[in-house]
Amino acid sequence: MSSSTSSLEKRHRQLGLTDGEYARILELLGRTPGDVELAMLSLMWSEHCGYKHSRQLLRRLPKEGRQVLMGPGENAGAVDVGAGLAVAFKVESHNHPSAVEPFQGAATGVGGILRDVFAVGARPIAVLDSLRFGEPSASGRSRYLLDRAVAGIGHYGNSIGVPTVGGEIYFEDSYEQNCLVNAMCLGLAPHDRLIRSAAAGPGNVVILLGALTGRDGIGGASVLASAELGEGDEAKRPSVQIGDPFTEKKLLECCLELLDRELLVSLQDLGAAGLTSAASEMASKGGVGLTLDLCQIPLREPGMEPFEIMVSESQERMLCVATPERVGEVLGVCERWEVAATTIGCVTEGGRFRVLHRGVAVADLPVSVLVDDCPLYDLEPSPPVADLYSGSDAVLTGSESPAQTLLALLRSANIASRRPVFEQYDPIVQSRTVRRPDEADAAVLTLGGRADSPAIAVSIDGNGRRVACDPRRGAAEAVYECAANLACVGAEPLGLTNCLNFGNPEKSHVAWQLTEAVEGLAEACDVLGIPVVGGNVSLYNEAPTGPIFPTPVVGVVGRLADARRAGRLGFAREGDAIGLVGPFEPSLAGSELAKLLGRPPVGELPTVQAAPVRDAHDTVRNGIRSGALQNAHDIAEGGLVVALSECCIAGGIGASVRLPDGLDPFGEAPGRGFIVSGSPAALGGFVVIGTVAGERLRIDGLLDLAVSELRDARERGLTEWV
Amino acid sequence: MKFGVVRFPGSCDDIDALQAAARVGDAVLLWHADHDLQGVDAVIVPGGFSYGDYLRPGAIARFAPVMAEVEEFGREGGLVLGICNGFQVLCEAGLLPGALLPNVSLKFVFRQVEVEVVSTTGPFTGACGVADRLSIPVKHTTGRYYAPEAELDRLEAAGQVLLRYAPGHNPNGSLRDVAGVCNERGNVFGLMPHPEHAVDPLGGSTDGLRIFESMRAHVEQHVLA
Repeated sequence: MSSSTSSLEKRHRQLGLTDGEYARILELLGRTPGDVELAMLSLMWSEHCGYKHSRQLLRRLPKEGRQVLMGPGENAGAVDVGAGLAVAFKVESHNHPSAVEPFQGAATGVGGILRDVFAVGARPIAVLDSLRFGEPSASGRSRYLLDRAVAGIGHYGNSIGVPTVGGEIYFEDSYEQNCLVNAMCLGLAPHDRLIRSAAAGPGNVVILLGALTGRDGIGGASVLASAELGEGDEAKRPSVQIGDPFTEKKLLECCLELLDRELLVSLQDLGAAGLTSAASEMASKGGVGLTLDLCQIPLREPGMEPFEIMVSESQERMLCVATPERVGEVLGVCERWEVAATTIGCVTEGGRFRVLHRGVAVADLPVSVLVDDCPLYDLEPSPPVADLYSGSDAVLTGSESPAQTLLALLRSANIASRRPVFEQYDPIVQSRTVRRPDEADAAVLTLGGRADSPAIAVSIDGNGRRVACDPRRGAAEAVYECAANLACVGAEPLGLTNCLNFGNPEKSHVAWQLTEAVEGLAEACDVLGIPVVGGNVSLYNEAPTGPIFPTPVVGVVGRLADARRAGRLGFAREGDAIGLVGPFEPSLAGSELAKLLGRPPVGELPTVQAAPVRDAHDTVRNGIRSGALQNAHDIAEGGLVVALSECCIAGGIGASVRLPDGLDPFGEAPGRGFIVSGSPAALGGFVVIGTVAGERLRIDGLLDLAVSELRDARERGLTEWV
Repeated sequence: MKFGVVRFPGSCDDIDALQAAARVGDAVLLWHADHDLQGVDAVIVPGGFSYGDYLRPGAIARFAPVMAEVEEFGREGGLVLGICNGFQVLCEAGLLPGALLPNVSLKFVFRQVEVEVVSTTGPFTGACGVADRLSIPVKHTTGRYYAPEAELDRLEAAGQVLLRYAPGHNPNGSLRDVAGVCNERGNVFGLMPHPEHAVDPLGGSTDGLRIFESMRAHVEQHVLA
């Protein structure tokens, strides 16, 4: 074996390829790959780009629906929302960059998902975030990550003029080293404005738009996103990209104008694996080849190697294809928006990806090898033989009074008011927001300027603690819970996006969590008839201390009949009857109370009866739509009594309640139970458990607390840490 | 009555301001690189992050080509309304007294606040009553109004403080709870709260509309009449 071969083999391991994968590359190419080719292959064959451990599993998810306009495979999925309008949306992770450098990691997470959405021709109209950190009370590192990640999200979203309308945050020990930052974006476009990323038309011109290409983010997809975190991760900081929302704002407006004027054949964002991924995906989808000339690419610094240019993850860049006669107009629009635009290559026949540098081909390989030939691995799932997670430090002993228990739950980091966080985000820019954070269970946005314009609702959910208990039911619950949030504002679900945040899939117990969770998601989507239109998988979320809680995060978008009747979560009127809706049979397994008692996340979760859950969602949705219900709130973390407290706090009014016999006041069964209120006549057919009245929450035989005391507890929970 | 809304690179609330103004009159966008105000009766410098707010909010935007025309328009008595980033731009341009400093919290703050109307004699608050409370959202990182004590005394005495945060509603540490000030002549007004985000019952408040209605009434009575 020659020395050059052995050093190259070593190189493939440094780049994250296995020996088997490297052997496959030799076989496919029939020769040794060049440096640039190997760098490109290592990224395209990484878990992050190639989905090699998850692609087969994801086939299980239902994707069909009359309303689906774009399904998985495009930059974002899209559904029909009526009136000729489409909403495109997707959630994506930026976990490892955020764990290494939280401000830029979170900021560029937002920047990336925005580009995914305007890449399909939709104007971004809303962002939501799903965040996970370690316990803020126990860890300075967790407080630092929380503070900087929230600041980074605000920095990007606020500056670019896209409202952050919702989200969720949970704190658990298992996220201490490996925090999760998932960002979801929704965009709006007329149906005929949606554009796909497939390059077409040999002879057409490839144009790179936006920021200069630099050395930031090199190897982000392979080095950071497709390996476990460990010691010495500070050294990976250079792999984190730096965001510039101002450049992206100009890029966004510029791309939307290019599409408005119908100047483009296709458009694609540059995300993970930079130009390599963007260009090869475009070529693959169009069944064409591409030739790129690296000397044309504007660089941030001189002397960059060809492989660096090809894998750079510099932010705020887009790639588009235009016919030769349109190029002048394209460049003119870009000039007006002060967006750099450079022709860097052309579309070719024959399906080869050629990269030229100073006239020499530094890469010349079939597009299919990059995109389609990434080996797929079967998971080898088996349930864990021992418990994977231990309990948190106990906050309660179990001997507290119900009132003390309630106050402790309201103060707990997972239930306390999110105000200190959401006040750092602009939820109203673009003037569409009808329900802001803390007003309702889901955000509501109107899509036109008129009161009778179509409106949508959106929510994002996932409870890792419950998935840790029972991956299949816990994942299904995330779907039920998210749909329940939509029902509370009167919306019917149209489509779902998901981000699967799991540990190392090469470990059988993680493979089992992943397999079970996908099955649970699929079951719940089938029950509720919600198609999955896109998503993202983030694996290798492990620190030396072990894997994170398995955390499937789901975002659901739905449609409202009338924005003026969008539901609220707060009780509204003195004298209204309070109803309990749904097959709500809560238990303490995986609950917040169990956590506060120091119990580990183990135990079987209650089963879900499909038809009664569906009926409950319909009842609440129809009650809100007809105006019969004055409020609706899904019973989630902390159970019925916490949910009642939230309705009282949001409405600034008390309630007198008698709990049904045998119902655990703090037990949980997410997505199956709702608190609603309305006139006693309107609630004739409901299970009535009390009345809206006074300034106290009184529960027969259990507790009697002033609403102000409940509010104080809930408001103070996070202010200490944020 | 025709409003013009300036659009800088990085403006975010430009379309919001355009839509709000269009509820009471005609409204057009004014491109930052043009030297043309298109014959508008009032100019709105909107919120957002012009030029990324890099360097200092408003510091770059004040040099945009269109600002030369806006300054001249203001000097000649035309109505100029600066909202949030627009307020910062007008202070940087020297059209308004004082400066906006980083919030005491050093963080971005979004909040629905109440502001009290202090004076109703000028063109921007004529449709309000003295001591009326308006529910209008704020959203900014750099909104703490500052001017030297003597200047604040002078502004108050001259009736240039048009809006104040209601007790307990000051979100940023602004001196003397100043939420909005006008120039000496009264035709240029800047405020940190976003009246264009309080114009539709779907959004929760329509109090902000009164600022735009005041401007229309003034123009119709004094300019177009």
